[in-house]
Amino acid sequence: MKKNKKNLKPSELAALQAEENAAALEALRKRREKEHKKMLRSKGSNKRVGKSWKNDIGIFLLLTFMGLFMIFPIYLAVVNSIKPVQEVFLMPPKLYAMDPTLNNFQDLFKIANNSWVPFSRNVFNSIMVTVVATVFHVLFASTAAFVLSKCRFPGNALLNEIVVIALLFNSTVLYIMQYMVMATLGMINTYSALILPIIATSMGLYLMRQSMTTIPDAMIEAAKVDGAGLLRICWGIVMPNCKPALMTIIIFEFQTSWNQAGGGLVYDEALKTIPVVVQQIAAAGIARQGAIAASAVVLMIPPLLVFVLAQRNVMETMAHAGMKD
Amino acid sequence: MAENTVKKEILLPSERKMSRKERRQYTLHEMKRNYMCYIMLAPFMLLFLVFTIIPVIMSLPMGFTDFDMASLPKFVGFQNFYTMFLEDDVFIKSIRTTLIFAIFTGPLSYAMSFLLAWLINELHPTLKTLFTLIFYAPSMAGNIYFVWQLIFSGDQYGYLNAFLMELGFTSSAIQWLTDGNYVLPCVIVVQLWVSMGAGFLAMRAGFQGIDKSMYEAGAIEGIKNRWQELIYITIPAMGPSLMFAAVMQIVSAFTVDIVGRMLAGFPSTDYKVHTIMTHAFDYGWVRYEMGYSSAVCFVLFVVMLVCNKLVSKLLGKYVD
Repeated sequence: MKKNKKNLKPSELAALQAEENAAALEALRKRREKEHKKMLRSKGSNKRVGKSWKNDIGIFLLLTFMGLFMIFPIYLAVVNSIKPVQEVFLMPPKLYAMDPTLNNFQDLFKIANNSWVPFSRNVFNSIMVTVVATVFHVLFASTAAFVLSKCRFPGNALLNEIVVIALLFNSTVLYIMQYMVMATLGMINTYSALILPIIATSMGLYLMRQSMTTIPDAMIEAAKVDGAGLLRICWGIVMPNCKPALMTIIIFEFQTSWNQAGGGLVYDEALKTIPVVVQQIAAAGIARQGAIAASAVVLMIPPLLVFVLAQRNVMETMAHAGMKD
Repeated sequence: MAENTVKKEILLPSERKMSRKERRQYTLHEMKRNYMCYIMLAPFMLLFLVFTIIPVIMSLPMGFTDFDMASLPKFVGFQNFYTMFLEDDVFIKSIRTTLIFAIFTGPLSYAMSFLLAWLINELHPTLKTLFTLIFYAPSMAGNIYFVWQLIFSGDQYGYLNAFLMELGFTSSAIQWLTDGNYVLPCVIVVQLWVSMGAGFLAMRAGFQGIDKSMYEAGAIEGIKNRWQELIYITIPAMGPSLMFAAVMQIVSAFTVDIVGRMLAGFPSTDYKVHTIMTHAFDYGWVRYEMGYSSAVCFVLFVVMLVCNKLVSKLLGKYVD
């Protein structure tokens, strides 16, 4: 066939090509019809190939099986937090609480309230630190990520390299050095010691940068032609298209700042956050088993709420997004 | 050859050969033209410089010193590294342990994260959120290791022992966390349990960010099954997320430490779960030999850098 093609005259070649094209188009039309019929049969918005409810149930069962392993220890933690003391040391251990009680939680709050400052103060500290750190990290890191991924300027490649290297660096002395820097700046025992270092972590920035590279340059060029400034392009055009990554860094940042113990950075009772107070309570040992379990459960709730809210947001927006090119 | 000449033509002025003076002028000009970029970078980079870069730069030379935190660091050259590789048996042993952990929580857990993220993506939206939450929950739970202590507890109160004894598999309680034969597998299980972390979530985000119309286009172009869909559409579209997940996985795989220390105690039986990071912790915070400790960390850092370069080579065709 191919050898023949070479010997043909240009006009004949053109005719042959037209014939081939027509055949290909016909085949495509047929395939599309078949796909369309499949789509109609499968009901709803199942537009994907090879999708069937049988597959879905298989996946569901597999995930449920693995999910049980993941969730079991967390379930145990919750059960242990509602067990009265005499049940915790029962033989053999039970997988459920026979006589569920909220005593552990009451104990936890009673102990927490008995310290030098009211527990509400610690709650306020935690919320303050977490919200401020999350909001500013998302603002600063996203803006920087946009510039690093989508603009050409001297120093870009170097900065990108540094961000990754900083993620990989891990050393026992790093914390000492951070402490020294903060001490030099007079930040020890202030809110900023808890907030600023967390804003400056490069994990969120790196994720944002990676996600933004998938946005087509043409979209940004178009906006530039329309006269939009860089800040406008970043927050008006690029960010709405990076919603899954944005929600993910909100989850990461919220979680990191909520769980950070801030060991040694603040020593004033009035500035301590909930995890620090919980650590102090747990330090009393075995007698507070129940309270420890209760505190683990309580501490888990805010990140969990943020996670669910963020994920729901992604689902809603991605349902009718996809105007990338 | 032909390719080379074409490439040269489309090079930007910044990459063309220029004299030093020309180059400096050009750079200055470009910096002025792009001043907005620097303004947008400034808030983050300023904090990043102060709280991350400067401490990192200050820590780098510590590996070459003798530093006990009480007196000023004293420069000792490569002494720490000689000691580490030639005299420190525990360190040599910890390399092996670290590699075992790295294989399980590195490639294995990476593949598992991807597989799970992919499977979850095929489900109904509400189920997506639910399953993402279930698999990410262990990373969110923070320090919930005490539950695993209850499960692996060496007496009859331990859930695993009670379960096995009830079924008649064993007549006496097994010391899961102190018996040298069992402690490593136990800690690996827990490590896998917490390893669906940042990388997994980033992969989920990557899947969610894929333009749905690409699959429809793929179907028309002749993609026949989900496998082809994965190879030709999904993986190329989420290359950057895969790279991010790889970096996170490298970090978590090589810095395994806390789980082992919490569960098996410190030091663990026969140094069975003693990783390089545990070794650094030992010298840093137990013996206050910070110089030696940061030399250990430095070796680990170099290994991670090499791994990172390898992975970005492997994923190279998908990233940028």
